[in-house]
Parts: sequence; C-alpha cells; structure tokens
Amino acid sequence: MTTMTREETEALIAEVLEVYPEKAKKDRAKHLMVNDQSIEQSKKCITSNRKSLPGVMTVRGCAYAGSKGVVWGPIKDMIHISHGPIGCGQFSRAGRRNYYVGTTGVDTFGTMNFTSDFQEKDIVFGGDKKLTKLIEEVEMLFPLHKGISVQSECPIGLIGDDIEAIAKKGAVAIGKPIIPVRCEGFRGVSQSLGHHIANDTIRDWVLDKRDGTPDTSTPYDVAIIGDYNVGGDAWASRILLEEMGLRVVAQWSGDGTLAEMMNTPKVKLNLLHCYRSMNYITRHMEEKYGIPYMEYNFFGPTKIIESLRRIAEFFDDSVKEKAELVIARYQPMMDAIIAKYKPRLQGKKVMLYVGGLRPRHIIGAYEDLGMEVVGTGYEFAHNDDYDRTIKEMGNTTLIYDDASGFELEEFVKKIKPDMVGSGIKEKYIFQKMGIPLRQMHSWDYSGPYHGYDGFAIFARDMDIALSNPVWGNMVPPWKKEVVEEIAKAA
Amino acid sequence: MAKLRQCAIYGKGGIGKSTTTQNLVAALAESGKKVLIVGCDPKADSTRLILHSKAQTTVMHLAAEAGSVEDLELEDVLSVGFGGIMCVESGGPEPGVGCAGRGVITAINFLEEEGAYTEDLDFVFYDVLGDVVCGGFAMPIRENKAQEIYIVCSGEMMAMYAANNICKGIVKYANSGGVRLAGLICNSRNTDREDELVMALASRLGTTMIHFVPRDNAVQHAEIRRMTMVEYDPTHKQSDEYRQLASKIANNTNFVIPTPIEMEELEELLMEFGIMDVEDTSIIGKTAAQLAAEAA
Repeated sequence: MTTMTREETEALIAEVLEVYPEKAKKDRAKHLMVNDQSIEQSKKCITSNRKSLPGVMTVRGCAYAGSKGVVWGPIKDMIHISHGPIGCGQFSRAGRRNYYVGTTGVDTFGTMNFTSDFQEKDIVFGGDKKLTKLIEEVEMLFPLHKGISVQSECPIGLIGDDIEAIAKKGAVAIGKPIIPVRCEGFRGVSQSLGHHIANDTIRDWVLDKRDGTPDTSTPYDVAIIGDYNVGGDAWASRILLEEMGLRVVAQWSGDGTLAEMMNTPKVKLNLLHCYRSMNYITRHMEEKYGIPYMEYNFFGPTKIIESLRRIAEFFDDSVKEKAELVIARYQPMMDAIIAKYKPRLQGKKVMLYVGGLRPRHIIGAYEDLGMEVVGTGYEFAHNDDYDRTIKEMGNTTLIYDDASGFELEEFVKKIKPDMVGSGIKEKYIFQKMGIPLRQMHSWDYSGPYHGYDGFAIFARDMDIALSNPVWGNMVPPWKKEVVEEIAKAA
Repeated sequence: MAKLRQCAIYGKGGIGKSTTTQNLVAALAESGKKVLIVGCDPKADSTRLILHSKAQTTVMHLAAEAGSVEDLELEDVLSVGFGGIMCVESGGPEPGVGCAGRGVITAINFLEEEGAYTEDLDFVFYDVLGDVVCGGFAMPIRENKAQEIYIVCSGEMMAMYAANNICKGIVKYANSGGVRLAGLICNSRNTDREDELVMALASRLGTTMIHFVPRDNAVQHAEIRRMTMVEYDPTHKQSDEYRQLASKIANNTNFVIPTPIEMEELEELLMEFGIMDVEDTSIIGKTAAQLAAEAA
C-alpha cells in the first residue's frame, strides 16, 4: 500500500471514531491528527496530557512509575524505598533494564526492591515509625549506600505520613541525604507528573544542598540527561562524547550516582536526550546556574552526525575537529551496516507507539535503513513533544495521543504496516495479527540502540524481526478473504 | 431466642453518645438482655463505664502488637463487664496520623469473621465517633451490620444540624441495605422548649423522639467512678430514665427511612422555637463594630 493521502488518513480517523459514544468520540477526536509539517504549534491540531477515558484500555502508568521507575530508580548507589504496600515495589523491580556497573547489594542496589511493606496496622496507625526503622536497618545492612529516596505509594497521600519530617531527621541520623518524593500514583493523568515531581525533588533536596561547593570542572564538562541506559544506551552514547574530547561527569540517571547528580550544576552544557522526563531539571539548571541545555538524538547515523556537530559547535575548535574525526571513523562501519540491511528493509513501513522520546527520536534511524514511519504516538506526551514530532514525521501520516487498544488495532489493520514498534502490552496482539513487533521500551531484551554501536544492533534486530520466516506462514485476518478468493478463483 | 438486633448510635461530637449508650446498655443488661458494645472511636472510651477501666485495649492496638489482625483471637479483644455486657473497642491512631476509618473497618471485619456475634446475643451497639467523615465511620451502617440507628441530640442548633446530616447518610445506605432510623434520643442540655423542639425535628425526619433524658449531675458522679447509673445508684431517678429508654428501645418497632430536611426548613424550625432569630439580611457579614456604628 502506498502512503495514504490526507483525505484517506482523515477518513480513517473518522471511521475509527465512529464506534465511540458521542462524548467519547468528541474527546478522542482531539487526540488524533493527520500530520502537517507546516504547523508550528501542535496545540492547534492535537490535545495531550489529559485524563484517559474509562474503558479505552490505556497503557499509561502512574506518578509512582514515573518517579521510582523512570527518574529515581536507576540512580544506582542510592536505596529507593517504595513506601506503601508491597506490590508497587515488587512488580516494578528490575523491570526496566537500566544497566549499571557495581556489586548489587554492596555498593549498588539497582535491581533490588526495598519497601516498607504496609500492613493494615500501618494504614491505621501511620507508617512513620516503620519508615524510620527501615532507614536505620538500611544503614546497618547496606552501609555503602550513598543516600535514600522515599517513593510514596498511594496510601501515603491518604493517611498523610509526614515523610519530609522523617527524611530530615533520618538524614541527620545517618549523615546521608534522604529525599522524600510525593509521587502517589493517583496524582496526575499518567507517569508524566511523576517525572516532574521527581525532577522537583532533585532540585529541592539534591542540587540546592550543594550550592557553594568548590568548582573543579573543566571547560569540556557535560552531563547526559534523560538517558536511562536501557540495554546500555548511555554507555554507547558516552563513548562518542568522550571521543570528541568532552568529559561526561554525570549520567542522569542510567548507571548514575548521587554524586554525579550533585556535581552537575558545574558542567558547561547539559545534553538532554529524553526531553519529556527531564526537561524540568535542565530548565532549572539553566535558570539558576546559567547552564544551557541542548536536545540531541543518538538514534541512527544521520541524527548522530547532526547531534555531534551541534554539540561540538558549542565548544572550541579542538572539539569540532575531534567530532569530525569521530564521524569519519565510524562512517565506514555505518556504510557497511546500511549496505547490508538497507536492501532487505528498504520501503518497509513502521508504526510506533511508545513513551517519552522514542516516537520521534527513532524515526531517523528507520529512515537510515530505508524504512518509513507511517504512524506514531505517545502514551503520556505533552504538546511540546508533538511540536517536535510534527517536523520529524512525513506529511499526511497519522499521529495518535494516549491511543486506545481499539484505535491502535484498527489503525494497524487499515494502514497495514510491515512492523510495529511498541511495548509488551501490544506485542502479542499484533504478532497474532501476523505483524512483527519490536518492543521499543525494553529493546525487546536487546540493545543498546543509542550511538553508532547501538545502530548496528538496531539494524540487525529490525531485520531479524521482519525477515523471520514465521510471518510468511501466517495469514492475517484481513487477508484471509483475499486468500480464499484467490483459492476459489484458482 | 429473638433475632439479634444491631443498633448504631450516632450524633454530634461531645453530645453524650458514649455515656448514653453505656447507661442504656447497662439498663438493658439489668433487664436480662445479652449485649455487645463495639466502640468505633479511636479514643476507645465507649466501654469504660462498663469495665471500670480507663480505656479497654483495642483490636487495632493488639493487632499492631501481634503483627496483624489475623494473629488475634476473639478472646484477646473481648472483655466482659457489668451485667455480663461484652465489650470491644476498634481503636485507632492518635490524632494526626494514619487512618482511623480503616481501623474501624478492620476491627468490624475481624469481629464478623471471628464470629463475635453469637446466637445468644440480643443486641449489638455500635458507638460511633462524631459525624460520618469517611467510609470507615459508615461501616456500622453498611449492609448486614447495624439495622437501627439512634441519633443522640439536644435542643442545641449544631446538634440538630448534625442529626439532620446523619440522616442524609442513612438515606444513602437505606436504599442499598436495610438500615433504618429508629429514633432520636434527646440528651438534655436544658435549652428552652427542648423536648418540643426535638419532637418537632423528629417528626420532620419521619421518626420520633424515643426518649427525653433529663440532665442530672448524678450521671457525672457515676462517670467519675467509671460506672453507669444503674450500677452506681440503682434507686436514683436518673437510673429509671435509662431503664425507660432501654425498654422503649427493646420494644421499638418504628424503623423508617428518614426524610432529611433542607437547610432552610431546619432554620425555619429553629426560628419557630426562638433558637434562631428571624433572618435579618441586613446584618449578614457585619462585624460587631459595624453594627454598633449603625445603631448609634
């Protein structure tokens, strides 16, 4: 199928909306759009960051997921306490593949679950004493930890545990920072508010406390912000920055440490990958410390080269020269990958539905392989994300915000992409429909996908998904009739 | 053996719910009835006059000590006091922490699961704190629990407001479960025409003032000794008042879905009885100083 025209895409949206009751139809219509690159402000054509409608089977998370799961959780030398009943901590434990270096249980704690494991009595009498005790025990059992964050689960907001007071007292008692985070799951419409709350606690409880410490920075210090090192992404990014002569003093927050966060207000430039989850803290550092931030994109050689040059532009000629050397050095490797995979992937169409940055950031990587992204959307984006997405997507392509299960299925049935990039919740639905799906949250347990090294793996993974012979043995439901007709005719 | 009757006592804070409940339950016990009191107030002062104790050890405190409520046995939480009255307190946190409502829910579920409501019981009385502020304090009037609600009130304006509000809560649960309003108990504060006023309110709410309990210092004398009237001074006339209340409740069959009234109607009623002045809109929002200046 060739790319759809504006009218066809509009008709598809109208057709999908048709089944909704009047009120839901009106609401969902605002979250679906046909792309038009000439639009400057996405708010004219798409609404985002609104409460999901009941019954649409949204795949969004909650504020706790945004704070504990995304922003705070990967800080490896801290202990993140899930304060409340056991489930939130246990079922989010080690699920996000934030790789790190260290000895788990000794000096790093990334894949462990610490929780106050609320019982009835803790709800009734409050969890204050238990949390205090937990902090004491953490200090005794894991003396090499560098600090603690208290991640509030829903009941904490209802019973009003004074976690700030406990944090202040506890921090004095153990001589390490304790950060109370009010990220109760019922707050906000998605995990997005959790990112914001977590950013604000870093501002108030980490950065502020370090003002006035001596400056030992170099003119080449940068921080990687918003890279969670899924499958080693931050490592594959970091080496490029180092090869071009920069000193990466902090990784936020994949494979990151508390000390790195504390040192960040001394860097010369903040490099922001996941804008959605960490733009708040980079804006704060710009306002308070005068540190500029730059959004970059390390998916696929085109975007990498663009980004490396733009980053180098900020520094002196030595960095610019080295950046060109880095680009030149990797070019043969990129050429070889593209020569190998492009002929196999050329012209294949992809639909994406992911979280914070990937629905727009990966587009370039697909295009480097000759593939086309024909539909994209975010679970929890705001309109500033869509402002940026409009420019990355082709005209008349489909964009969906907080898509419902029904919408995604119908869109895929009609647009008939060659593959879908989304998450575990979508994976088996679409694979049963005969369409290969790669998980774009966890890299399907592969990765890294960032950087030059990541692109090699990305290209291979897309190829093994698309070229798997199993798809040839399946007939998707909408092709069944055609197959039967052909059989009849024959 | 008659069917177990479960009654809940509600009313404005400080109106005398716990005192009235214990005195009337003591009178019921004296007449041979077997009664269980369930205190649903974190202060745990619903059984002290029966047990002669400061405060009974509560379900929630025992549960916290033992680890969880599942670790408790019924005999750990039940105490027997005057006249064979069984006593249990739900308990809960001190003010400012935790969730008292959840404590009530947990404690009542525990009593049900452990079979505290034995067949030989005639009455269960739930003594509930102040207003129904959250789901926890509505627990006693949800399905399969209290069927009869008695509201303790007086001729004071706020007590009557509270009584009307509680009726609104009862209506909500009356439609889903079987809970009914069984009457107002007037615990006298010696205000003007108090009995007439409470009777008038009762009739507007679709019920009756089941008894007028006069004010008598003897109740305080008994309370200082952590005793009920019928135990402290069975020959006192106030003891007879509680006996009358007990017998009226024992024989009560007037159970209704209340008809709470609008604020305006309640205010009219108060004006009629001179508790509130006829509304003078010219004085609303005026300070004393402003009014003095106008009068001059």
